[in-house]
Amino acid sequence: MTAQTAATGAGTAESPLLALLGGFIAELRRAGLPVSLTEHLDAMEAVRHIPLDDREAFKFALAATLVKHHAHWRAFETVFEVYFSLRGAEYEPGDGAWADDVDPSELLDPRSEGKGGGEPLSDEDLARLLFAALLRGDQAQLRAVAWRAVQRYAGMEPGRPVGGTYYLYRTLRNLALDDLLERLLETIEEEAERPLTPLEERLERDELESRIDQLRQEVEAEIRRRLVADRGAEAMARTLRKPLPEDVEFMHATREEMEALRKAIDPLTRKLAARLSRRRRHARRGVLDFRRTIRQSLSYGGVPAEPRFRYKRPAKPEIMVIADISGSVAAFARFTLHLVYAISSHFSKVRSFVFIDGLDEVTNLFETSEDITEAVHRVNTSADVVWVDGHSDYGHALGVFWDRYGASVGPKTTVMVLGDARNNYHASGSWVMRELHRKARRVFWLNPEPRSYWDTGDSIMSEYSTHCDGTFEVRTLRHLERFVEKTF
Amino acid sequence: MAHRFSSVGAVRDGLDGVQYLADEGIAGVVYLADRLAKPVLVEGPAGTGKTQLAKSVAEMCGARLIRLQCYEGIDEAKALYEWNYKKQLLRIQAESQTWDEVSDDIFSEEFLLTRPLLEAIRASDPVVLLVDEVDRVEVETEALLLEILSDYQVSIPELGTIEATQIPLVFLTSNNTRELSEALKRRCLYLYIDYPDLQRERDIVLTKVPDISQSLADEVARIVRSVRQLELKKAPSVSETLDWARTLVLLGVEHVDAETAAETVHTLLKYRSDIEKALKEFSAGDARSSGLPH
Repeated sequence: MTAQTAATGAGTAESPLLALLGGFIAELRRAGLPVSLTEHLDAMEAVRHIPLDDREAFKFALAATLVKHHAHWRAFETVFEVYFSLRGAEYEPGDGAWADDVDPSELLDPRSEGKGGGEPLSDEDLARLLFAALLRGDQAQLRAVAWRAVQRYAGMEPGRPVGGTYYLYRTLRNLALDDLLERLLETIEEEAERPLTPLEERLERDELESRIDQLRQEVEAEIRRRLVADRGAEAMARTLRKPLPEDVEFMHATREEMEALRKAIDPLTRKLAARLSRRRRHARRGVLDFRRTIRQSLSYGGVPAEPRFRYKRPAKPEIMVIADISGSVAAFARFTLHLVYAISSHFSKVRSFVFIDGLDEVTNLFETSEDITEAVHRVNTSADVVWVDGHSDYGHALGVFWDRYGASVGPKTTVMVLGDARNNYHASGSWVMRELHRKARRVFWLNPEPRSYWDTGDSIMSEYSTHCDGTFEVRTLRHLERFVEKTF
Repeated sequence: MAHRFSSVGAVRDGLDGVQYLADEGIAGVVYLADRLAKPVLVEGPAGTGKTQLAKSVAEMCGARLIRLQCYEGIDEAKALYEWNYKKQLLRIQAESQTWDEVSDDIFSEEFLLTRPLLEAIRASDPVVLLVDEVDRVEVETEALLLEILSDYQVSIPELGTIEATQIPLVFLTSNNTRELSEALKRRCLYLYIDYPDLQRERDIVLTKVPDISQSLADEVARIVRSVRQLELKKAPSVSETLDWARTLVLLGVEHVDAETAAETVHTLLKYRSDIEKALKEFSAGDARSSGLPH
């Protein structure tokens, strides 16, 4: 690799670090981050100026040269933790994250003097220490507790091919974090010797939540360090590799990924809106309007001094969104609805309908609410979408749509159906799609499943797709973005 | 080349000295920008001190700040240089020389109007160049910046290439309304300035708001953090936090309770739906449910 050869020229004494950096960057690329050769060289230059022992500064230096997109920060951080959390190949448990002068067992011991030196803490002691650490927000002690808890509860065995989440779960279960928050709040209230006002309580709660979250992160980091020591960085990085927010699949997103998706959708909509309006502006100029140019030239004695153009009138389509909001496709429907409403100024009208086996119009939910996120939440609670049993029934839902709203579908309407076309073996009702296709300007079907799954099991995608102007596989935000850009 | 800063710590202390509280990341990137002689692309939510960073760095180095405010439709003539057309005309009319002499003459430095980018390159005194809101220019116009960002030079067809006499510190800010091109990003160090954490926000309030008590600053920072956790249209920025803190100090408030919060929250939040949401969240369980101004 060219980068490597250039690196050896830079300084042979540092080559272990540069080799490590090479592996690190390769892993970043495997995780999906676009790291160019220039950036690789920049990073190598940067690490010459920042001492490795200042881990934070080192991390930021690498990030500044390698990560050019904020959404990629988490992925970067994970890989960084794996590759640079160790100091040297031999990892002494508990050694990695400590400054040289702090020993975790020292932090824990003085508070359990009765036990005598060397004797391990009991579970109750540890719980008590944790409680105290959280109450006072003592970071060092929090970290020490995390270290000890992992050592005690995770039950990690070398060479066992179990993912980090398993150990995390075991550790956290033993720390019993569930009622901890309430107990802490009670203690704070007791100390204050008066009931807290709602505002104060809210503030304390947020503070404590952030501390507990910190504990969770410490535990996670500790487990990761041990796993890396056991299996090596590369294997570990592979198990930890996660898709970037724009590549997360709607149907399989974990709660954490959902959160990331929610954060990613706003910048995306802003970007799309800007791009759409720019395109509209630039696309305005049309071909020469010969008739009007000649007409105009008469006022200049027949000289066509002022050319006239046939300006395009960009169509502002009327959008009707029909979304399946049952179970697994619900998230997909929510994001798509969110996006459609966020760029609704580019459409003359947006109407939205949601269904499971019954169908309901939810347009007014979006129109009365200023906040799209809230409206999307309200769709779930107040729309009347269950007819019989709450399993998707496209046939019935489409039938209801046609009966109630079919008349308002016209030649300006673009119909978008969102769903996986998994019909639970009900009647397909594809005649509705045929009618829609006949009446509407365009009919699109957005399916959150990979194309290869279509028409497998109870999916009857092809029955519907024959009546569509386009079918799209929209599994991720990236796909969604591409669809909007191509279509509108 | 002499470096401006000796260490990351020195950068942070220096910025502290001009009342800009930098965290590890900010100081580290500024330090690297100097060492690697690379521009810094600063992104982040509005009102987190992106522009202020450039100003503070300029102040710290005792350098002149040259600012290019970007907008849609900005072009070479506004960003780089322009020929002084009127002066050229005068020159042509003033003397009756041969055409060859005149044509050489009118494209000399005398007739060149420098715009911010060229000015930053030609400056002999220390300068900091700030290209503000670079995401507002079109993708095609971004290309204007590329030459100056990577090579610190400007090519003028009639004059040749003007190289920088010294490499200025360059900051580009972006509010992320669109994705910047890969070419631009590749040439820059990337810095994301997020909302500050609790500790830092409190320190910022303490530095920037005179006469505020430690406990009030702490309360302000904590409330703002909680407010940011709600899903709002527009989360409060640091400058809005400061506005709010100043308001509280002016009103002589010692301790923020639900009522004072309700009365002054409009300095913090700017959308009615946001205000309602925040008040609802923070007075939950409160029977009086606060007499908020509508």
